[in-house]
Amino acid sequence: MFKKRPPPEEERRVRANDREYNEKFQYASNCIMTSKYNVITFLPVNLFEQFQEVANTYFLFLLILQLIPQISSLSWFTTIVPLVLVLSITAVKDATDDYFRHKSDNQVNNRQSQVVIHGSLQKEKWMNVRVGDVIKLENNQFVAADLLLLSSSEPHSLCYIETAELDGETNMKVRQSLSVTAELGDPNNLASFNGEVVCEPPNNKLDRFCGLLYWRETKYPLSNQNMLLRGCVLRNTEYCYGLVIFAGPDTKLMQNSGRTKFKRTSIDRLMNTLVLWIFCFLVCMGVILAVGNAVWEVEVGSRFHSFLAWDLPVDNFLFSAFLSFWSYVIILNTVVPISLYVSVEVIRLGHSYFINWDRQMYCPQCNTAAEARTTTLNEELGQVEYIFSDKTGTLTQNIMSFNKCSISGRAYGEVIDPMAGQPKRLDFSSFNPLADPDFCFYDNSLLESVKLGDPHSHEFFRLLSLCHTVMSEEKKEGELVYKAQSPDEGALVTAARNFGFMFRSRTPGTVTVTELGRPVTYTLLAILDFNNIRKRMSVIVRNPEGRIRLYCKGADTLLFERLHPCNHHLMNVTTDHLNEYAGDGLRTLVLAYRDLSEEQWEEWAENHRQADMSTDCRDDRLAATYEHIEQDMMLLGATAIEDKLQEGVPETIAILSLANIKIWVLTGDKQETAVNIGYSCKMLTDDMTEVFIISGYTVQRVREELRRARERMMDIRGGAEDTGGGRDLPSGGEKQQQCPPPPAPPSSTTLDSISGEFALVINGHSLAHALEADMEGEFVWTACACRAVICCRVTPLQKAQVVELIKKHKKAVTLAIGDGANDVSMIKTAHIGVGISGQEGIQAVLASDYSFSQFRFLQRLLLVHGRWSYLRMCRFLCYFFYKNFAFTMVHFWFGFFCGFSAQTVYDQYFITLYNIVYTSLPVLAMGIFDQDVPEQRSLEYPKLYEPGQLNLLFNKREFFICIAQGIYTSVVLFCVPYAIFSQATQGTGEPLADYQTFAVTTATALVIVVSVQIALDTGYWTVINHFFVWGSLCIFFSIMVAMHSQTLFSIFPQQFHFIGSAQCTLVQPLVWLTITLATVICILPVLAFRFLKLDLKPQLSDTVRYTQLVRQKKRKPAGRCMGGVRGGAVGVAEGRLGARGGSRRSGYAFAHQEGFGELITSGKNMRLSSLALANFASRHSSSWIDTLRKKKHSTTHPPQSASGESSPAPSYVSGSAPPLSNSSSLLGGSQDTPPEDGTRTPPVTLPQMAPGPHINTAPASVQVLSAGILTPTSVRSAGGDSSSGWTLSLGAVQEALIGWRGVAARISGTSSPGLPPNPRKQTTQCEMERQTDGT
Amino acid sequence: MMASSYNAKEDDGHPSVATGHGGAGTVKNKKPDNTAFKQQRLPAWQPILTAGTVLPAFFVIGLIFIPIGIGLFVTSNNIKEFEIDYTGVDISSPCFNCSQNYIWNSTTPCTCTLPFKLEQPFESNVFMYYGLSNFYQNHRRYVKSRDDSQLNGDQTSLKNPSKECEPYRTSDNRPIAPCGAIANSLFNDTLELFYIDPNGSKNAIPLVKKGIAWWTDKNVKFRNPGGNDNLTVVFKDTSKPVNWRKPVYELDPLDSGNNGFINEDFIVWMRTAALPTFRKLYRIIQKKTNNMTPTLPRGDYILEVTYNYPVRSFEGRKRMILSTISWMGGKNPFLGIAYITVGSVCFFLGIVLLIIHHKYGNRNNSADIPN
Repeated sequence: MFKKRPPPEEERRVRANDREYNEKFQYASNCIMTSKYNVITFLPVNLFEQFQEVANTYFLFLLILQLIPQISSLSWFTTIVPLVLVLSITAVKDATDDYFRHKSDNQVNNRQSQVVIHGSLQKEKWMNVRVGDVIKLENNQFVAADLLLLSSSEPHSLCYIETAELDGETNMKVRQSLSVTAELGDPNNLASFNGEVVCEPPNNKLDRFCGLLYWRETKYPLSNQNMLLRGCVLRNTEYCYGLVIFAGPDTKLMQNSGRTKFKRTSIDRLMNTLVLWIFCFLVCMGVILAVGNAVWEVEVGSRFHSFLAWDLPVDNFLFSAFLSFWSYVIILNTVVPISLYVSVEVIRLGHSYFINWDRQMYCPQCNTAAEARTTTLNEELGQVEYIFSDKTGTLTQNIMSFNKCSISGRAYGEVIDPMAGQPKRLDFSSFNPLADPDFCFYDNSLLESVKLGDPHSHEFFRLLSLCHTVMSEEKKEGELVYKAQSPDEGALVTAARNFGFMFRSRTPGTVTVTELGRPVTYTLLAILDFNNIRKRMSVIVRNPEGRIRLYCKGADTLLFERLHPCNHHLMNVTTDHLNEYAGDGLRTLVLAYRDLSEEQWEEWAENHRQADMSTDCRDDRLAATYEHIEQDMMLLGATAIEDKLQEGVPETIAILSLANIKIWVLTGDKQETAVNIGYSCKMLTDDMTEVFIISGYTVQRVREELRRARERMMDIRGGAEDTGGGRDLPSGGEKQQQCPPPPAPPSSTTLDSISGEFALVINGHSLAHALEADMEGEFVWTACACRAVICCRVTPLQKAQVVELIKKHKKAVTLAIGDGANDVSMIKTAHIGVGISGQEGIQAVLASDYSFSQFRFLQRLLLVHGRWSYLRMCRFLCYFFYKNFAFTMVHFWFGFFCGFSAQTVYDQYFITLYNIVYTSLPVLAMGIFDQDVPEQRSLEYPKLYEPGQLNLLFNKREFFICIAQGIYTSVVLFCVPYAIFSQATQGTGEPLADYQTFAVTTATALVIVVSVQIALDTGYWTVINHFFVWGSLCIFFSIMVAMHSQTLFSIFPQQFHFIGSAQCTLVQPLVWLTITLATVICILPVLAFRFLKLDLKPQLSDTVRYTQLVRQKKRKPAGRCMGGVRGGAVGVAEGRLGARGGSRRSGYAFAHQEGFGELITSGKNMRLSSLALANFASRHSSSWIDTLRKKKHSTTHPPQSASGESSPAPSYVSGSAPPLSNSSSLLGGSQDTPPEDGTRTPPVTLPQMAPGPHINTAPASVQVLSAGILTPTSVRSAGGDSSSGWTLSLGAVQEALIGWRGVAARISGTSSPGLPPNPRKQTTQCEMERQTDGT
Repeated sequence: MMASSYNAKEDDGHPSVATGHGGAGTVKNKKPDNTAFKQQRLPAWQPILTAGTVLPAFFVIGLIFIPIGIGLFVTSNNIKEFEIDYTGVDISSPCFNCSQNYIWNSTTPCTCTLPFKLEQPFESNVFMYYGLSNFYQNHRRYVKSRDDSQLNGDQTSLKNPSKECEPYRTSDNRPIAPCGAIANSLFNDTLELFYIDPNGSKNAIPLVKKGIAWWTDKNVKFRNPGGNDNLTVVFKDTSKPVNWRKPVYELDPLDSGNNGFINEDFIVWMRTAALPTFRKLYRIIQKKTNNMTPTLPRGDYILEVTYNYPVRSFEGRKRMILSTISWMGGKNPFLGIAYITVGSVCFFLGIVLLIIHHKYGNRNNSADIPN
């Protein structure tokens, strides 16, 4: 860590297999060190770090002050003991942490890797791997360093990696080596490889790499596409070789692991302010007493000199006053005790453990318990006002299930009757031995119709089994695993499989399907791939009989325009069904087909080929050809997929919103999907007055839309007022919401009364405008007036911006919850970040403060743990400040009677131990264990959460009350003994008013008073509380007696002056009378005040607590009932699907990236050698590919290679795609963030073919051609040509709807080779408009 | 249902670099233990301040405090106390002349005689105190200016007193014993009490000077160096405190066992007072062996003061106090009054709270809770 760094690298030069050459650059070795200390440096470095904290330095400063004898009013140990205690506790914690870091470092550094040395593979530890080494990686191994991929076992030197550790994405990515290095097959060749890489210096950009490889006098450019980064895992690749470019700390993983920003809670900030105030107060007291000292020295002290001379260097009263100031700073410093910070940390740690230990936040499916990853934020959980939630993986499981369908006008899947209890799940195993056992479907009639051979049903499922880009993998006969790029597709293909149309395997040119037990191989003529503009995908296949058919599935809005007019009636029926499905919050797709004649196909294929070959505007031309053929289709039906919500999401949202927490959903998904989910998780309901959709593209439009929304709210509110309000005031608690008036404000009261009835849906591009400086106020105002806000199509950065906006404008505590890498920025920005673990990698969890595996645990985290934490922390702080003021201020009053000489009232040992021994444990026990109401009540009455949001329990006012109480106590504690003792004598005649007796009495009274006070404050007396409270008292007395004992005095007569005081004092009845009197005077007003407050103005928690008590009394033996009360009082029915709404919400909800079809047709991802492929294809066997595979398994490779075979499709275009796809991955390119945000360049649909792919496309096309020749051609013209009228009318309607823009869009979409982003945007907008009109 | 997760594949068992979770290889049940402690279900007593508990508490406290207060008050009133100021501020005061002498160590002792009259007889043991006002025995510099190990008879400290004693640590290059400001300012007036018989004769009242210090002080805390043998030898290399007339081993010329650090007057003085106005026990007047006559019958008395201690410089006052003692110590009217007051306030508060509770109290607590 402290090694002197060589000057920053300008560029990196690495020569393969040449350690001497590379050594002269002194590149970092592959040994990583995340630990901070070693045995020698630990003490100095750790101490240095600890003294960077203001509090510690402050105490060190006090300690130094105390070493000056003229100032020292306390012995040195009164400060050093607590300080050392604090420092050592922290040091031990740091040391433990560091030990584990050492351990994990060692473990990582000692992992084995295989290095090519002199032509052979040798085992080396990771830490001994050097830059320039060539290492071999095997399947499922972690990549040891940042490598340049040289060659791999896969064709075209492809190599699949999983980057979950790096960016959180679980989908696989493809890397490809340069073709020149790909030939370096075996270690011998690799050992002689001596290329030199010149590249950029180490940096943290995960998606970028640029460099050059010099080899054999040629330059080869290198990109990120050739790199394997440390932290990735090799998947589906038997082995690969790589050249180490960056090692250890220089790797991108390590460069990225920056220290996370330290979050502080609002209580923390408040506490710091208060401590500052107290410090000022301390200085004030010091000044007052110093002035007093000056006056005293002049008036009294100067004449008292014969008895009491000044200390040596002191020669005038001013200097004396100056010293007295510092002396008082020392003795009064206990108002800000060092133990405050330690205790706060201890309490938070305790609360964190309670979160970790909570069984009700444990998810048995994923075997994960909740985890508080940050231990310093707990009480803020009790103050959350805004929750920002991701959708996919957080609200939803990201599991799609085929739920319903409509086949040629008949709806299936409609048997779910909530009255009839659990409907019977269909058992497919008898019908279809290869069915996926996890598939659930309840409607038997569909299965019957398939069995009966209904042609529509058959065609329906045939389409589902053919029209997709899913890859299959069959490890054993019948054990089929589908690898779908989006879960929707997987669900559809699985549904088809269960209904007897089982997709078995595919090659670049064929698709093999087992149709009701009969294997059929279709020739795949073309895949008209999905993209976001088209919102549909089609395949053109030729069946074994030679018929050519186009199968299409896509969004209803787009598909209905392209149907043959004869479908009119069917379309109406299907539309009804679609409306129904959409009302249930299902994601719908419409399916259609078209028969093509051989001529049509050939003509189109020719067009397509030309478009494909064209160099300019290839995309547009391709799109136009697609558009051309997807016409006059016949409607088959529609599918409805349920985007499964996580368990308990609607209930959780309901409870949280009852607790006055606003929930915003920020998702990268499309508007339709997001709105759908909004409805299904009850954020949006059809009871809502209005759902505003903001989707403008320009600043003006967005502003206008926001304004219109606001006007509507005002209008409706006005109307509601006329009719008496009524349902416009759903819950009284909404009034508490403090929306500050916006720049152009209607009064905040009007705002309050309208909140709760509206919802806002805003699109990413509009959000970009709304977040601009001049509009954000308006946006915040409008959004906060709505009960639900959904932001769709937002980028990770925008998510963070929205959170930042609310933080800035509302001064509210925000919580962000998400599961993917795209949520990381939001999680880091929000006050509290929660990561959902176990779904999409660990990036979000790593960035989060709390993690658990189910969204519904959020209610427990906030309403139970957060609420308690806040309550406990507040009570703790109140009491803590109280007890220290009571303790310290006595010195202040005593100052007036001791000549302002900074004489302490108590024994110095008492001062030392008061905070760390006598009073620390009871308050800690309260701070850790206290409960005002039982956990189930806080879920039952979410309103109990409100005091936290309004910060009622500890604020400046409460603080002053505590301080006042403390000062009052100190006055009583000083005055009562003073008044009584001034004349009193013991029973033996000795006066009582000697200093030591006074000290012992005051100290005892103090400890008793604060113990009684903590007893009053503790609301939940567990055994531990009893033990600590009584124990503290006992310890106080025993320590005092011990300290005042003869034994200790005889050992250290200098240190223990108080010999005999305790024994002598505590037997005096007068002393006890004094203590009793003082205690009663201190406690009585508090008791009366609390009783009055409780009696006249009870808080909700008091009432609940009281009822609890009454209930307990009523049924004593019942015991404490445990367990979930989810939905108990709130009464949210466990409804999987919401009430049917009138609003139509459908969406083609593929979380899909285009270009997947390209990869399939190119065959690049297929393992088979191209030659073999060609041979077998011509021979045509029903399951030739299976035979081939079996053969290959049995002869050459163990099953491991089978897993690599027909490898799961990587998520983007092709091996040679530009680094663009990676940029999306950095920005969080999970499925939430489609790659078409305005901030990014549009994706290149079809990349320039690298040399490799070219070789491979050839056989595929050969096959297509041959198939075309071999099979007989039969053309079935389904719709005829009579469709033009219908199309026309449809077009007219559409034009009327969308105006000229739509026309433009159509024109540019179909023919114009113009600017690529334009048509897309406009089409999308047209849809938005229609959407708006629809609602 | 969709097996679309690649994670399901067999892992190589390597824990990841960045993750805090262990390797997926070990299938450990992470379900937290179901203990009352971890689930925050410890059985607990949950007290609530209800009218049923608070109001009786007030009444009970009131009812306990008032009788105690009355008892204390009566006891205190039965204690006899007499106090006489002999500072000599007034020109008419007998000690005025003596008090003009501001110097310590004046070789000529100044004596003055104060007559006083006891209106009531003092029964039982009578305790004689001297009181000082405006004397800051609780000043920090004063309090710390002592060496307890020296006073405990430690030989090294005797020769080399603690630095805390500065500037009363050495004199003439010899260590002072006992060192420090407290010892240096030892109260050195001598008070003698005479009873004037009705027939005019002056009877000295025997004053006992033993048993006036705390037992622990006398027997543990204060010890002469080298036991109690020849103190002159022990202290020969030391110097007497500057303001003292006699060295420490000659404090009590009458009782050799009361000399050195264990001189009881000295010990009493060394136990510093908490407040600037204080009294210290000076002598005890033992009750007569025959119980017939009071210890101090009513009548005229004379206090003879050997006036050595200068207090006029700082406007201090000196008093002589005679007092009898009960179980609760000396006269202390404040305690009784305080108890009676607090008790009454408590009782009154209880009534007020009761009224408030009945009139305005939220008695539908148990009814519906707004949600």
